Amino acid sequence: MNTRATHTDSLESADRRSFVRGVGVLTGVIALGSPLAGLLPSRAWAVQLQVLSSAEAAALLAMIRTIAPHDTLDDAAYALVVVAVDGDAAGSTEARAGLKAGIASLRDGFALMPEGARVEQLRRIESGTFFQSVRIKTLLVLYNNPIAWSHFGFEGESFSKGGYLLRGFNDLKWLPDVPLADSGPMPTA
Amino acid sequence: MPRFELNDTDVVVIVGSGAGGGTMANELTRRGLKVVMFEAGKRQSLATFSQNPGEAFAQLTWLEPRTQSGSWDPVKTSPTLPAWHCRTVGGTTVHWTGATPRLQPYEIRARSVYGDIPGASLADWPIDYDELKRWYQVAEKRLGVTRRNGNPGMPASNNFKVMYAGARRLGYKRVHTNYLAINSRARDDRAFCIQQGFCVQGCKTGAKWSTLYTEIPRAEASGRLDLRSECFVTRIEHDEAGRATGVVYRDAAGQEQRQRARIVCVAGNAIETARLLLLSESGRFKHGLANGSDQVGRNYCHHVLSFVFGIFDQPVSFWRGAVLAGVVEDENIQDPRRGFAGGYHLELAMLDLPTLPLIGLPYGWGRDFASVVDNYRNMAGMLVNGEDLPRADNRITLSSTRKDGYGLPVAHIHCDPHPNDLAMRAHATGQGRKIYEAVGAKRTVVSPMPPATHQMGTARMSHDPGQGVTNAYGRTHEVPNLFISDGSVQTTAGAANPTLTIVALALRQADHIGREAAAGRL
Repeated sequence: MNTRATHTDSLESADRRSFVRGVGVLTGVIALGSPLAGLLPSRAWAVQLQVLSSAEAAALLAMIRTIAPHDTLDDAAYALVVVAVDGDAAGSTEARAGLKAGIASLRDGFALMPEGARVEQLRRIESGTFFQSVRIKTLLVLYNNPIAWSHFGFEGESFSKGGYLLRGFNDLKWLPDVPLADSGPMPTA
Repeated sequence: MPRFELNDTDVVVIVGSGAGGGTMANELTRRGLKVVMFEAGKRQSLATFSQNPGEAFAQLTWLEPRTQSGSWDPVKTSPTLPAWHCRTVGGTTVHWTGATPRLQPYEIRARSVYGDIPGASLADWPIDYDELKRWYQVAEKRLGVTRRNGNPGMPASNNFKVMYAGARRLGYKRVHTNYLAINSRARDDRAFCIQQGFCVQGCKTGAKWSTLYTEIPRAEASGRLDLRSECFVTRIEHDEAGRATGVVYRDAAGQEQRQRARIVCVAGNAIETARLLLLSESGRFKHGLANGSDQVGRNYCHHVLSFVFGIFDQPVSFWRGAVLAGVVEDENIQDPRRGFAGGYHLELAMLDLPTLPLIGLPYGWGRDFASVVDNYRNMAGMLVNGEDLPRADNRITLSSTRKDGYGLPVAHIHCDPHPNDLAMRAHATGQGRKIYEAVGAKRTVVSPMPPATHQMGTARMSHDPGQGVTNAYGRTHEVPNLFISDGSVQTTAGAANPTLTIVALALRQADHIGREAAAGRL
């Protein structure tokens, strides 16, 4: 159900970036103390867009935040979805026009509206292609990257660390242990 | 590895390399037969399996398009992927979760036990339970099933501790870490399970049985298996007498080739198996090969499936550990007082983070949806796996609107759940919620039907050639040297995850073919 992983590679340090090629840019600053600090070369990040203007990207980001509102999840994770939607639209004139028309159908100032107003607007376009394609892309990308994994607690790849056999697959203490007859012993080499 | 000639009329052709095909390859080569096995997908290995769920999905999944219709949930929730199975050497045994329950005696006599239920096309299996049980025992030894034959059970994970405590409080008695074809200790030259939590992405230690690294290499070691991966069979051909003569396929370069055969065994997973028979229509078999009964593609079953999640105040970390290492068996009974026929299992289940919103919460957006994901650390999960009733019009046909890369119509799936399925789903998800509420869940969440992972019934076994496609050995009634070797032959679905039954029936079919061939009758 997932596309290939989207990594943090597409987020570059703002200070190292040339902005001349892109149509628009999306920028942000990672919160102090965020676990992301270790994943990126600096706290300020920027992504260059191929199709969207900066204003359109900001509206799209607000739409994605309304679809999947995780208040303390960094904007950098949402920016990955913007980059993916923008990248998909770069493939054809039709897709480009569809995306721009979709964003234009959101009211002026969408990004700055209170959440209730944004939800109300999105409900009206909920069954349409534009909303559904952004929603599906959000599900595919937002939760499939190290930023989200770190935020929600998913620990990701485990093979290189020996699985969870000795790293907490059975560390739950708030309920009683299961009798051996209904489970089994820890394996030994 | 040998390469048999395209015009070698002495080979057995097997289409598909999963639980059915891979097992057949090992069994037939052991008996001295030459086998050419076709697999549409690529060959992966423990080293190439990825624990990035998105990458693994792209690497292993059957992604050729399908079309669908009907009132079942995937039309809405999973429009582009109604069924989730594999296209890779080893087939769906690469991504399965290893659950290996047996069908129960009442389940293979569903028509007699449940009676004549309107809107269902129930039938009894043409096989005695004692006979099936004998082959289950052989299969369980082969797969090293836990809690059988002295193999220890799996240790209890966090997710199972929650299920166990809740189920016991509700009064359930048969609750344990499941029957699993996963090594709970090293055996069969394979490692023990280290609780990676990535069964579905391909087990990187090989602790979970898959034909990819058990049956297939053994068949290769015999010197009698010619495995052709990235080769897609498009047609089964026959002669004037109505005997199968071989298959037409596209090789890895996309070139059309013809492989002659003495016997053809089809094990392409029940959707593609039905599609291949339908694509093989001819002047003699006008509605598809071996389809004089008009049963090919009909009676498609996929189990009543639904996730139930419990959200707690404290961490569970349910992504750690073997995915399906837990079961409540008490509801796998026939008890019409519950308001439906047949029974179900409640099986432990978890979803990795990227897959959860796609498979487990597929309608969602907004605060309500997000608040479930926010609790990922504190979630416990289970999967309802119940018997769905066969219906004549729940069926696989050839799509009238969509073609594959070779210009062939893709499979179309039509499915309307029987009212019995809906009543069972309501009961089972209700019991699942109660289990979590019994141990203090602050919220429970139920999913709609996820993409179908168990495909059955599309070429079902029957004594009566008018009521089914094959006899009790999976041998088609109309084409004497054509066999069906996968879940398609299940006469009804029962509540058991199908792989153990597929392997048991394949072992039995191979025994039958070996004897018939030795006696000069095949």
